[in-house]
Amino acid sequence: MSFTLEGPSGPWEIVVGLEVHAQVTSEAKLFSGAATAFGAAPNSQVSFVDAGFPGMLPVINGECVAQAVRTGLGLRAQINLWSRFDRKNYFYADLPQGYQISQYAHPIVGEGRIEIELQDGSTKTIGITRLHLEQDAGKSLHDQHPSKSYIDLNRSGVALMEIVSEPDMRSPEEAGAYLTKLRQILRYLGTCDGNMDEGSLRADVNVSVRRPGEGYRTRCEVKNVNSIRFVMQAVEAEARRQIEVWEAGGTVEQETRLFEPARGITRSMRSKEDAHDYRYFPDPDLPPLVLEASWVEQLKAGLPELPDARRARYVAMGLSPYDAHVLTLEKETAAYFETVAQGRDAKIAANWVMGDLFAAINRTRTSIAAPPVKAEYLGMLLDLMQDGTLSGKLAKEVFEAMVETGTSPGAIVEERGLRQVTDAGAIERIVAGVLEANAGKVAEYRSGKEKLFGFFVGQTMKAMQGKGNPALVNEAVKKLLG
Amino acid sequence: MHPTDFTLRGAMEALNEGLVSSVELTRAHLEAIEALNPRLNAYITVTAERALEQAKASDARRAEGLAGPLEGVPLAIKDLFCTAGTRTTAGSRILGNFVPPYESTVSGNLLRDGAVFLGKVNLDEFAMGSSNTTSAFGPVENPWSRANDPDTRLVPGGSSGGSAAAVAARLALGATATDTGGSIRQPAAFCGIAGIKPTYGRCSRWGIVAFASSLDQAGPVARTVEDCAILLRSMAGFDPKDSTSADLPVPDFAAACARGVKGLRIGVPREYRLEGMPAEIGRLWEQGLQWLRDQGAETVEISLPHTKYALPTYYIVAPAEASSNLARYDGVRFGLREAAKDSDLRDLYERTRAAGFGPEVRRRIMIGTYVLSAGYYDAYYLKAQKIRALIKRDFDQAFQGVDAIVTPATPSAAFGMDERQDDPVTMYLNDVFTVTANLAGLPGLAVPAGLDAQGLPLGLQVIGRAFDEETVFAVGAAIETAADFRAVPGLRAGAV
Repeated sequence: MSFTLEGPSGPWEIVVGLEVHAQVTSEAKLFSGAATAFGAAPNSQVSFVDAGFPGMLPVINGECVAQAVRTGLGLRAQINLWSRFDRKNYFYADLPQGYQISQYAHPIVGEGRIEIELQDGSTKTIGITRLHLEQDAGKSLHDQHPSKSYIDLNRSGVALMEIVSEPDMRSPEEAGAYLTKLRQILRYLGTCDGNMDEGSLRADVNVSVRRPGEGYRTRCEVKNVNSIRFVMQAVEAEARRQIEVWEAGGTVEQETRLFEPARGITRSMRSKEDAHDYRYFPDPDLPPLVLEASWVEQLKAGLPELPDARRARYVAMGLSPYDAHVLTLEKETAAYFETVAQGRDAKIAANWVMGDLFAAINRTRTSIAAPPVKAEYLGMLLDLMQDGTLSGKLAKEVFEAMVETGTSPGAIVEERGLRQVTDAGAIERIVAGVLEANAGKVAEYRSGKEKLFGFFVGQTMKAMQGKGNPALVNEAVKKLLG
Repeated sequence: MHPTDFTLRGAMEALNEGLVSSVELTRAHLEAIEALNPRLNAYITVTAERALEQAKASDARRAEGLAGPLEGVPLAIKDLFCTAGTRTTAGSRILGNFVPPYESTVSGNLLRDGAVFLGKVNLDEFAMGSSNTTSAFGPVENPWSRANDPDTRLVPGGSSGGSAAAVAARLALGATATDTGGSIRQPAAFCGIAGIKPTYGRCSRWGIVAFASSLDQAGPVARTVEDCAILLRSMAGFDPKDSTSADLPVPDFAAACARGVKGLRIGVPREYRLEGMPAEIGRLWEQGLQWLRDQGAETVEISLPHTKYALPTYYIVAPAEASSNLARYDGVRFGLREAAKDSDLRDLYERTRAAGFGPEVRRRIMIGTYVLSAGYYDAYYLKAQKIRALIKRDFDQAFQGVDAIVTPATPSAAFGMDERQDDPVTMYLNDVFTVTANLAGLPGLAVPAGLDAQGLPLGLQVIGRAFDEETVFAVGAAIETAADFRAVPGLRAGAV
């Protein structure tokens, strides 16, 4: 079903393409040995290369190249064995060299694609135009002093992957789903941590509108949108603005805009006329980047399982497509699930993870990365149910005790004497006592009031403090009532 | 014999034999600098105290039997090499009082081998120039003068004018230099000394203030070909900090000087016979070729058909890279900062760069910015890159038939400080014989071969295959031996 926005003169279709800047997960920067940890004291992770000192030269960090190739492989993209770094020249106080080293003409990764999942259960393929490596700039802080700007160069030189999509998205939802999926893939690959609030993942959103069936109209770029929700809002806000312009008989001018989340609007940042002439040219300090096909193959062989493959595998294990989708959204959730499901019933494992565990995480405000119950313990709990030690009811009780204490289910069962009674003889003795104490009710039952059966079961369970095996209790009640 | 008259090789032998100490050698040079530098202006910074400390330490190492390959030899360092703890200016105001916290790889290699640094020598601003008149620290004077016109002060050539003048005047036994379009070979030729620009990638560029990254290459100047070979061996070597550095072993270049030229084929490019070139330069060239034939080499005419495009190509590629390389001098992190009370960032940039860069640097930044601009890139920069590839191919083809190429080093002898200053294009012509080796990345050596009618030195150039400096040294040494160049400049240590 196609998404349109209604204008006074008819429906409008939205066309969206995304340029995502993903900070490469690596110990050191793209061209220097300086560290990349987030949140370090200002200017504490800066080498002379990053600060653009005289005579300093860039040397490519092989790990960043490997991460870009892994990402390209994860995006099912063309890996270019020959690529090149160019200089993008412009002056700014947080750009120490006076140029950014980027890959303008010859990116390391070419065309690829990713599949997105939509609310209605359908999927859609979004084309990837290219992925290239580049340096990040430093950070300008304009709000620290009334008349001065402060510069923090910690980020200067950090490796970024710029991932450019085709203009294949047609709704805010698709844009959101694309960014969600891209982030998921990056996190599975371990090539970017995907933390949008720390700026490790930032999106520039290209939006245009058109009448259904038309060719493309002029697009505007909304810069630096830093959450998936804001991307969806920015797409819609910018599309509505453009529709208003066209409907009023105006013309949308190509420009760069900023999204203001608080007001839900985009505003102009600079027009095409103000655009820099970046004077791109090949960086003479860096020879072309030439990769061995065998090295790329080696990286390919070492790739982790990606979300699409993992989802398919979970479905094959007997999970519903929805459960498989939910469990694979985050790599950590999938890992948790797999530990629990290892050698056990996948469906039961999925129910516990998506039910009790997710609820406990929400309640305790923890995360799947630091869960309130260890995956190993949840697995052991399932084993205790499987071997009859715990009933479903007792298991829930033990689970809550694990959330509280963090100890293993075995220890809790021992400590609290929560072991299920499965001794048929013992259960029968208790049932006999219950029947004896309720002789009147027994008579009523025998005269046809069959719904009293549950009463006897309940009384027996009560007498056993809930520890009776429900099936055995049922059986014993049935037997003794004759 | 006065200690400043040693060749570098001779000084090393004298040190080894205990005939002289490094302190004595160093002191003699410092005294010579004190006497002559006010006139020549070869040194921007003299590090006398540090030099004497280094010399003392060097003598101590030698006494302990720990002498390095260049133990105790006093050298001058072009002020384009960053030297830890010693101000580095690049001949520009814009670096202000910049004191690098790091040592360039090349100068570090020399220190590792035991060398003593006398100080930092003058150069054209950011190595842009062929006369050493663009330095913010004033021009350098050539220690040579015309026999019939001794009062006209001559340029030493550039950009390594301070290096060449210091070595020619015996204010150092040798010096580091850099060559982007001829900046080692042209001043060496003008000052009657030897100098080699090695193959691109032979010496690390790390810690050398960049002019044009794809062309810049460090090399030595010294009074003999062998001295250059000795210095180059210490300066060269793979450096993982420079991505364009070549991971190749460094041969014993000095040993190659004695190889001789018997059986070598020497190429003589017909395109280097320029119209209007002084006849004596043509005659010297022919003489050089005859010397080589006399020693058993064969000379053959070759063609380098794209030579005529070399200068325009160079003056697109080099300024383009420079315009980007010099963007970092912005007044923000180090060096000069010029700002008014209410300056915004743009105003800070404009004031700093206007005050910090001299006219030639500004000109080249503007040329470079222009040729990289949208709409001009294809016509200038891209076209120049294509021609550069053709020039390289010319050499590749020529070297299939010859082992080395011999040409004049410069189209003239040194000229007066007031001459050729009004037209930058005339000045650019100085590099006509040398830029091709930079564009093709090949080693080129200038060797003094004779004097012109005014008694000024003239040099020949030997160009070799990539990473075959050994043949270049062999041919250069053969020319040097035959030329038996013994002339000395008027302004030199001990003579005034």
